[in-house]
Amino acid sequence: MSEPSGSNSASALLPVVPFLKIPETGDPYLEGHKCQDCGAVFIGERDNCSSCASRDHLKPVRLSNDGELYVFSIVHRSFPGIEVPYVSAVVDLEGGGTVKGNLINVEPDPEKIKMGMPVEVVYQTAPRKDAEGNEYLTYYFQPRG
Amino acid sequence: MSDVYILGVDMIKFGRFPETSVPKLGATAALMALDDAGLNIKDMEALYCGNLGQAGAMVGQRVLAEIGQTGIPVVNCANACATGATAFREGWMAIKAGVYDVVLAVGVEQMGKGLLGGGGPKKGIPTEGLLGSGTMPCVFAEAGMEHSRKYGTSFEQFAKVSVKNHHHSTLNPKAMYQIETPLDTVMNAEMISYPNTKLMCSVNVDGSAAAVLISERKLKEIGSKRAVKVRASILTSDPYQERNLTMPDVNTCTQQAAAKAYEMAGVGPEDIDLVELHDCFATAEILHYGNLGLGKPEDAGRMIDEGETAHGGRIPVNVSGGLLSKGHPLGATGIANIYEVSTHLRGEAGKRQVEGATFGLTHVIGLGSACGIHILEKV
Repeated sequence: MSEPSGSNSASALLPVVPFLKIPETGDPYLEGHKCQDCGAVFIGERDNCSSCASRDHLKPVRLSNDGELYVFSIVHRSFPGIEVPYVSAVVDLEGGGTVKGNLINVEPDPEKIKMGMPVEVVYQTAPRKDAEGNEYLTYYFQPRG
Repeated sequence: MSDVYILGVDMIKFGRFPETSVPKLGATAALMALDDAGLNIKDMEALYCGNLGQAGAMVGQRVLAEIGQTGIPVVNCANACATGATAFREGWMAIKAGVYDVVLAVGVEQMGKGLLGGGGPKKGIPTEGLLGSGTMPCVFAEAGMEHSRKYGTSFEQFAKVSVKNHHHSTLNPKAMYQIETPLDTVMNAEMISYPNTKLMCSVNVDGSAAAVLISERKLKEIGSKRAVKVRASILTSDPYQERNLTMPDVNTCTQQAAAKAYEMAGVGPEDIDLVELHDCFATAEILHYGNLGLGKPEDAGRMIDEGETAHGGRIPVNVSGGLLSKGHPLGATGIANIYEVSTHLRGEAGKRQVEGATFGLTHVIGLGSACGIHILEKV
C-alpha cells in the first residue's frame, strides 16, 4: 500500500473523481458499488443495477488496490496542454471493478508493457490545480512486485 | 407488413465545407436522392433526419426550409455514429408499419478538425491524460488491444486494414482521400494512440447522404428497375458487460445485431457479397470480422493477411475506402454506407463494382453504444 505523496495530509486534498474516497483517518481508496443480488461491481455510486436491474440493492464496497492490466494504449497525441506520451490503462481490480487510469513507472513502449501483468493502485497529489488553486489527490497504476 | 425498398439514394463527396450550413448540406443530399428516385419533395410523406452536432436545432425542418416546406412530419434523430442508420431505420419502420408509403431519410454532419472524445468533468481538474485517455483513437486502440490480448493480433495486421481501405478509395471518386498508403507508410505515420497511427484514424469531414424509402405497393405503382430491397434493419444497444462502463464495448451489440439481422433477412454471412462496416479506426475493422460472422474472431488477423476482405477476396469489406478514406461525418455515415452497398447491388459502382453482388450488409457503431445493421438485396 502506498501513502499519498507530499507533506500535506490527504484530507487537505480534493478527490480527482467522486469515487476516490479520502477518509478522515486512514488511507485513501477507490469505492465501488456492489449489487447484493447479482454481484456486479460498479465504479462509483448508483441506485440500481444495470446488470440485473434490481433496485436499491447496491452497497458501497472498498475496491482492492491490487489488480491486473487488462488492456492499454500509449497515447502520443492528446489535447493541447496534455503532456504526452502516457500510458492509458484499463485495470481489473481483484474482487471486482474495472478502472481506467494512467499506468506509470513503465516505459511507454509496447514491448515493455504486458497485458495481464499485476499492477497496483497508488495515490499521489495531481500535477494540476483547479482555477481556485485547490490541490487534488489522484490515483495511478504502477507495476506490482 | 409491407416490404420496404430503397428507391433513390445518394451522397455528396465528403470534404470540408465550412462556408455552408448543416441544413444546406442536408438539402443537397436530399435533392440528389429525390432525383435518383425520380420523385419530388412533394411526394414525401415524412422526413427522418439524422444529425448529431446540432441535435437540438431542428435540422430536419431546416432542410425542408431549403427544399420545400410541405408540412410533413419530421423526426430528428441523434444516436452518435449510428445517427444516420437510426434515421433510415425510423423511416423503414414507418413504412413497415403501414403508416406511410414514401419517406425521405437524410443524414448530415458538419465537423471541425481534431480529436473527438475525452471531454472531462465540468468541475475540478481535467482528467484527460491523468486517468487515462477518453480520446476516440485511444478508446479504439484499447478495443483493438483486447483483440490482440485474446488472439495475438499484431500492429502490422491492424495497419494492413488502412493499406487495404486506402487502396480501395483510389476507385471511389466520392472519398475525401484517394491515396495509396503502403504498409510502411501506415506504420511509420505519426503515432496517435498505439496501435493507431494517423493513417489508421478516420477523418473528420463534412458530409451528407440521403435515401428515399418506399413500400412494395407504391413501388409497383411507380415501377423501377433500380430499387433495392431492405431485407433487415436492426438496432441494438450494448447489454451489460462487466467492463463496459469503463471500456466501451462495440463487440457485443454488434454480435447481437448481426444475429438478429441474419435471422430477419433469412440469410447467413456466407450469402453476403460485400460489407461496409464501421472502420472509424483500423483496429475496429478487425474486431468486426468476427462480430459480423465474416470469419472466426481468432482468424481476423489471417483474413487481413490473406486479402480475404480486399476487393476480389472472399468477402470484400469497405470497397468504398471506408471511413478511413471517405471520411466520417457522424450523422451521414450510416446512410452513406447504404448508398455504397446499394450502388453495387444496382451494378452501378463502376471500376470498384463487386461483380454479381446480390446481398450486402452495412454496419455502424455509435459509441455509448448503438449498433445499426442493414442487409440489402438486389431486386
